[in-house]
Amino acid sequence: MVTRSALLLVLGRVLIKAFLVALAVVVVYPLVWMLLNGVKSNAELFSNPFALPVAWKWENYITAWNRGVGDYLTTSVLVTVASTIATVFISAWAAYGLTRVNIPFNRVVLILILGGLMLAPTVALIPLVKMFQSLGLYNNLWALLILYTAFRVPFTTFLIRAYMMDLPAEVDEAASVDGASKARAFWQVILPMCKPILVSTVLLNILFTWNEYLFAMVFTSGGALQTLPVGLTNLMSKHGTDYPVVFAGMAIAAIPVIVLFFAGQRYFIRGLADGVGK
Amino acid sequence: MTVSDTAWKPAAPPPAPLSTKSPKSRTRKSARTHGWRNVVWVLPAVLLLGAFAYLPLVQNLGFSFLKWDIYSGRQTFVGADNYVRMFNDPIFWKSLLNNSLYAIISIAFQVFGAMILAAMIEGLRSQRWRGILRAVYFVPSAISLTVAGLLFYFIYEPEMGILNAALDFLGLGNFTQAWLGQENTAIFAIIAMSQWQGFGYCTLLFSVALQRIPSELYEAASIDGVGPFQRFFSISLPLVREMTGLMMIVTVSGAFQVFNEVMVMTSGGPNNSSQVLGTWLYRSGFVRNDFGYAAAVATAVFIITLVLAVIQLRISKKRRVQW
Repeated sequence: MVTRSALLLVLGRVLIKAFLVALAVVVVYPLVWMLLNGVKSNAELFSNPFALPVAWKWENYITAWNRGVGDYLTTSVLVTVASTIATVFISAWAAYGLTRVNIPFNRVVLILILGGLMLAPTVALIPLVKMFQSLGLYNNLWALLILYTAFRVPFTTFLIRAYMMDLPAEVDEAASVDGASKARAFWQVILPMCKPILVSTVLLNILFTWNEYLFAMVFTSGGALQTLPVGLTNLMSKHGTDYPVVFAGMAIAAIPVIVLFFAGQRYFIRGLADGVGK
Repeated sequence: MTVSDTAWKPAAPPPAPLSTKSPKSRTRKSARTHGWRNVVWVLPAVLLLGAFAYLPLVQNLGFSFLKWDIYSGRQTFVGADNYVRMFNDPIFWKSLLNNSLYAIISIAFQVFGAMILAAMIEGLRSQRWRGILRAVYFVPSAISLTVAGLLFYFIYEPEMGILNAALDFLGLGNFTQAWLGQENTAIFAIIAMSQWQGFGYCTLLFSVALQRIPSELYEAASIDGVGPFQRFFSISLPLVREMTGLMMIVTVSGAFQVFNEVMVMTSGGPNNSSQVLGTWLYRSGFVRNDFGYAAAVATAVFIITLVLAVIQLRISKKRRVQW
């Protein structure tokens, strides 16, 4: 009997591993298909969807770039960098104010900022359109910068605040003995100590901004002002018959974030795990 | 491309700098000095949220009682008319049903499926394989829903797509169809794409939760001769219960905010069959120029997400497990 159950256990292990590997192949294949289609010709796409490209047409990437993807990418980089910097600094200040400085109505401010976590962008969409129209910021990248920052501050503050709460009180005491002001203590002591969580929040904000669609679609309409997600749908509707170029554009949008994930995955994971668990 | 196991431990703050003499009483006193000046630390965040998140929320409620033509700018008060229309609107109910389907299917695959998958992965003996699999499953979550949506638009496409081609290859040619072009399959095709995109994220989080279970518990169990199934049901499952609850709420809340993939893949069609609250709101306002009605739909979304957020808060508060 012992040998039989041991055999079953080994068999189970092998089956589980085979299943997990097969699933990994099924999960990754669509992405491989996307990359391969980006270097095929249009005729090849329709003849046999599983075939490898006959001649690798890398020029599809150049065509995609020249048909607007280059502009969309530039806009995406600009908006992502600006809003990530703004979000992380504003959140770090808020987290510092909430954890290590005495402010009046601390509790109310905390609820106000973290309460933003539950606000869905769709709910605010219509008043925001009216607001930005009257501010003259409709179809302007400032609109995206402001909105991305506003809607990401609650989550980012939540993560940094949890981290700052775990820093021992002696840190501030040491700084105040040294005669450092609150501002100097923040910049020279607390902020450098928060580096791991800051990296996590930077990465999560890049991922969010790079991929955001709703606000980008509603608040920008001019070609050069559009970010990649919106630009790609344009590329699709304008040059919809030239599919390999659309696939090349999709690959250009996807590759930077995939690379970023593999480069910084332990920070990603910590941010994601703390975000849902704490 | 492996995820190292050490990166999974809960975040531990770095040690404090060397300063052992901490005059506790003095700092207590200085810390108590309230200062309105200190408000500057939180002011940017409060102003930003107040102006661009909370104010619009209140305004939205006001707009939902108006008939509002955004092009002429004319607004007239119509009372609860928009809400009455909403409750009599079959497309509103269809959207709500589609959001609910989204939620139910996502709970089955992204929460329970991911949990079982995470247990399988964490049961592997090779650390290298654990890392590779977790990372590979997560990749679709890194790309945007727009790219994922467009990609699956092509995969479902009858002439060039690989889904029908694969079915043909497997001798299941009878099942080939225009997945996004038919009223009875469109929403399910979109939901299926979303499972592909999101399950790796949930698997990752469950892996983290499973790793936080002390290994002594498993060792004790294996000494007692407990089999793998019993181990899963009597150790793993109860100890990730809170994570499961949180994931369910996050998933359901996400399911009621769906917009991007539906917009990219079908725009709610054909014949409004794949409409969800987000796309119906968008269409009502920006296509049909019925902004008061769109605001009413937005209020419905707000109430649903608010209720879910309150439940989530309750779970988070309870979830301090002692080993």
